[in-house]
Amino acid sequence: MKENILIIGGGAAGMEAATQLQKMGLTPIIVEKSENLGGHIAQWDRLFPAFHPAKDVVDQMLSQVKDIKTYLNTEVADIQKDNDGFHAVLSNNEKIDAKAVILATGFDIFKAERKQEYGYGIYNNVMTSVELEKFFRTGKDERINNPKKIGFVHCVGARDVKVCNTYCSKVCCTTALKQACEIKEVFPDAEVYTFYMDLRMFGPGYEDLYLKTQKDFDVKCVRGRVCEVSENMDGKLVIKAEDTLFGKPLKMTLDVLILMCAMEKNKSIDTIQQKLGIADNSDGFMQNKDMYLGMNGTAQDGVFVAGACTAPKSLPDTIGEARSVATQVFNYINNK
Amino acid sequence: MDFGFCLSPSSHVKMDDIDLTTFNRLKDANPDINTCIACGSCTATCTAGNFTEMSFRRILLMLQRGKEEEAKKMIQRCMLCGKCTLVCPRGINIRKILLDITR
Repeated sequence: MKENILIIGGGAAGMEAATQLQKMGLTPIIVEKSENLGGHIAQWDRLFPAFHPAKDVVDQMLSQVKDIKTYLNTEVADIQKDNDGFHAVLSNNEKIDAKAVILATGFDIFKAERKQEYGYGIYNNVMTSVELEKFFRTGKDERINNPKKIGFVHCVGARDVKVCNTYCSKVCCTTALKQACEIKEVFPDAEVYTFYMDLRMFGPGYEDLYLKTQKDFDVKCVRGRVCEVSENMDGKLVIKAEDTLFGKPLKMTLDVLILMCAMEKNKSIDTIQQKLGIADNSDGFMQNKDMYLGMNGTAQDGVFVAGACTAPKSLPDTIGEARSVATQVFNYINNK
Repeated sequence: MDFGFCLSPSSHVKMDDIDLTTFNRLKDANPDINTCIACGSCTATCTAGNFTEMSFRRILLMLQRGKEEEAKKMIQRCMLCGKCTLVCPRGINIRKILLDITR
């Protein structure tokens, strides 16, 4: 029983699924389009809710996949299915035969330029949550120059019909509060504001993080969506929002504004997804069989999904799904 | 001559110009003030709020938005019964904070 399982995507979902499948005696093969395994999580500094270094988790996952056949800088160029299974052609012209395929292609970050009213790409001091995380990792960003007032905008590209994303991106609330604490650690004298519509602290320890944000870091949470950003003559940002709890519009000047960008489906795999006959759901992510017992299955027999390719997910969600997809694939191979 | 037109003042709260001295002093003495999640339990249970506009949740916001006079005016409705303190899910000692504001 040494059947090949083709895993497209070498992020958290792909690596964890591969690890489990190998332990089950199958032969996972990871195809990753970038030059490294690890996906988005490898770009992260620390993880919510407990500020755990992301590198620890990534390193652990990497050590588990070191004996697994992995193609880097490689994409799946073509894929076909017949009675023997799947036949894929990679971008390096190698051919892979596999009994099952796992799509673990994850997400892309919402392009903040699309919300023009926030001025990303227009005003220098508007940046994204991903860029702020990079600042925490490297300590370098020319926009962050001993700021006195910092703002966070939640739900950028999420819960927003205008950008066709009506869904909640799930992890941004907790990430915003984590980053708000971290920026206070770097600049204790700065005033930090977050502009939220709801604070969705859905997981274990997340509410504690919220309490910590208020109590230990004096972060000011304002309920209301920032509606417009402009720049004054000193190059500082002037923002407008309604304090909906107070029932009055607010105006304030900020040194830096951080946009909490939503997750969108990674579209770089669209042609393969179509060839496999997997449709998108109403949120633009991949459609799985059903959201309860069939979350890892798809409309195509032998094609499975795991992680953020079907919806925005946190790291624990993704790892859970990666482990469950391994079980599903094992059962599929063994006709159980 | 009066044409019936006038200039209305801006309704914006100008956060840059707000003097937070009172709120910050209050916060130093009562750090739990920061942990409010605006659930409104204090206001819903308020004996005085039954008949007046009294709302501790709003008083806290007024102080943070530079409306100190409005807050002090509203506090006069409070009867210090302490039900707000009983119901607060964050365990904020509201009755003490109300007393501290007027002090």
